[in-house]
Amino acid sequence: MIRSLARIWAIMRKELRQLARDRLTFGMVVGIPALQLLMFGYAINMDVRDLSAGVVDHARTSISRQIVADIDHSQVVNIIAQYSSVAQLERAIGSDLIDVGIVVPGDLEVRLADRSRPAIQLLLDDSDPVIGNSANALTAYSVGPDDAAPVIQSMGLYNPERKSAINIVPGLIGVILTLTMVLFTAVAVVRERERGNLEMLITTPVQSWELMVGKVIPYIGIGLIQTTLVLALGMWLFDMPIRGSLLDVYLTALAFIGASLTLGLVISTAAENQFQAMQMTIFILLPSILLSGFMFPFAGMPRLAQWIAELLPMTHFVRLIRGIVVRGSPLADGIHELYALLAFSAVMLTIAALRFKKSLD
Amino acid sequence: MSTSAVSASGLYRNFGDLVAVDNVSLDIEQGTIFGFVGPNGSGKSTTIRMLCGLLTPSAGTATVLGHSLPKEAEHLRRRVGYMTQAFSLYRDLSVEENLDFVGQIYSMPRNKRKDRRDHWMGRLDLERYRHHLAGRLSGGQRQWLALAACLLHRPEVLILDEPTSQVDPKTRRDFWRILFELADDGVTILVSTHFMDEAERCHRLGILDHGRLVTEGRPQALMQDLPVDVFRVSGPGLRDIEALLLQNTAVRSVVQIGDALRVLTDQGTDPSTIATLADKGTHVERVDANLEDVFVVATADEVTA
Ligand SMILES: Nc1ncnc2c1ncn2[C@@H]1O[C@H](COP(=O)(O)OP(=O)(O)OP(=O)(O)O)[C@@H](O)[C@H]1O
Ligand SMILES: [Mg+2]
Repeated sequence: MIRSLARIWAIMRKELRQLARDRLTFGMVVGIPALQLLMFGYAINMDVRDLSAGVVDHARTSISRQIVADIDHSQVVNIIAQYSSVAQLERAIGSDLIDVGIVVPGDLEVRLADRSRPAIQLLLDDSDPVIGNSANALTAYSVGPDDAAPVIQSMGLYNPERKSAINIVPGLIGVILTLTMVLFTAVAVVRERERGNLEMLITTPVQSWELMVGKVIPYIGIGLIQTTLVLALGMWLFDMPIRGSLLDVYLTALAFIGASLTLGLVISTAAENQFQAMQMTIFILLPSILLSGFMFPFAGMPRLAQWIAELLPMTHFVRLIRGIVVRGSPLADGIHELYALLAFSAVMLTIAALRFKKSLD
Repeated sequence: MSTSAVSASGLYRNFGDLVAVDNVSLDIEQGTIFGFVGPNGSGKSTTIRMLCGLLTPSAGTATVLGHSLPKEAEHLRRRVGYMTQAFSLYRDLSVEENLDFVGQIYSMPRNKRKDRRDHWMGRLDLERYRHHLAGRLSGGQRQWLALAACLLHRPEVLILDEPTSQVDPKTRRDFWRILFELADDGVTILVSTHFMDEAERCHRLGILDHGRLVTEGRPQALMQDLPVDVFRVSGPGLRDIEALLLQNTAVRSVVQIGDALRVLTDQGTDPSTIATLADKGTHVERVDANLEDVFVVATADEVTA
């Protein structure tokens, strides 16, 4: 046992040394999260002002006029037209006359009093994320000094899942970890085989599981560093709040890192070279981005896609992390998602250990 | 008294349709050096890999130090040292780091690890390159490093796959001096090579061709017992003489060496047959067979068969 630990330690140290000398991989550790965050983050968060807007005011009260004037002064939108019906408003948006429609309902006062739902609706062509997110800035508008209830609710016409940093960034951790963790482990093992190191290692007393554990552990640390990086950048650049406990965030990330690393190990037993390992990683990455609920709402997907999504660790991670970061729920609320991640890791580890033999056959 | 440290019987291995090793049987006595020669692709590395427990034989059995392979391969990890044909240490680690890593993998205590590492770095002239990355070493230095790495745990059986393929003649002599010292200490060595001078140094030699062990024995005996006559033919017009000689069915092979032809013929061929084939002014001289002749005969039979 002591010997096993010593061997694992030796492999870990060797792996870290190699990593530190491999500028490309090292750059990817920091570069991929930073780049992805900036790409996704700014694409959905560009602050475009002076969107043209049209208004339908069914209330026609002094309060309604006041609110519309406030919105106009916000400089986010520039009200250029009044319409008499929502249908007209939608047509105007459809024909690109205006970017955003503001609908003030007839029972504005009643709705303002009822804090449980927003009073005013925004209609927008948020198939263009820039418009969507700029207009979303309006939803921060509130009446009264300490009134927390949102007054304005934005209704995307085409992209009902409104993206904002708080939705994107937690999921983005998943995308980044999938890409780097799966790829790094898969490549790290395949590279040893390609370069012939494995032929030497097999004839030493090192056991396959020691080799796998020793190679994987350094990447757990890297995964946590990446998680921290994305969270920190998200908080700093996009004012993303973390509503749940930070410990829960890291436990979730850890479980997901485990799932990704073991998946990488399985890939490494199947891939013959680094290029194949990369292809297989992308084969996993694409559905992880598209089906996990990160990009498109899970509920709207066909049944088959949902089944596939349930098999992907990313799906469970996105649910769990959004719950914690966005809604501030405790980890216990999503404990079955955590179990799913742990079960996935256990299955992958078993498959990898069964497939990885100390032989060249 | 003689105990065989390595033995194989009816060893066979195929990769799909390709038969890489075909019914190879051999015994290597403890404390001796056994050489493997054979053309490229003749199955040397494949045989070696089976004897290291890296590949499972399709048929036949292999036993090393009393353990049968590949079943009991794990028992042999600490007792066998294997130097791969291609460099298999880490190119992005330094000489010292590579040796430390190997030492740790063999669970050597710290002091012992450092002692042995420094011993072999000194003995194998690696001291100067201690902090150089393995990937930056010259081909020969890299081989020294690989040798040091597989000697670190004091193996009883040393299996070397073309260890000197990139090494200059002087360094090769140093290399072999070390092999003999190890053999004197009781280490059993299996080494493959393409160099005939190295093959001649082995206690016993096996020639592989198309996966079959076509010849096996002491190099001296193989040369003496070679069933051919060898002639050295010199004079003008060697090219024409060669063409004439090759028409004779008794002639096994003709090769030019400097300004003379080396001619192998079936045993008992009259030297005058050779002489009359050529013009006047040609000088024919009978010479002893060397190991290259043994190699040529052993591997040529296979092709014509
Ligand atoms: N893993 C493998 N898969 C398929 N064929 C293989 C494999 N390994 C070896 N071979 C084939 O088996 C034959 C013997 O190869 P081997 O490497 O044993 O030859 P060798 O005698 O070591 O040659 P060399 O002198 O070039 O090193 C070759 O034809 C080779 O192509
Ligand atoms: Mg070979």
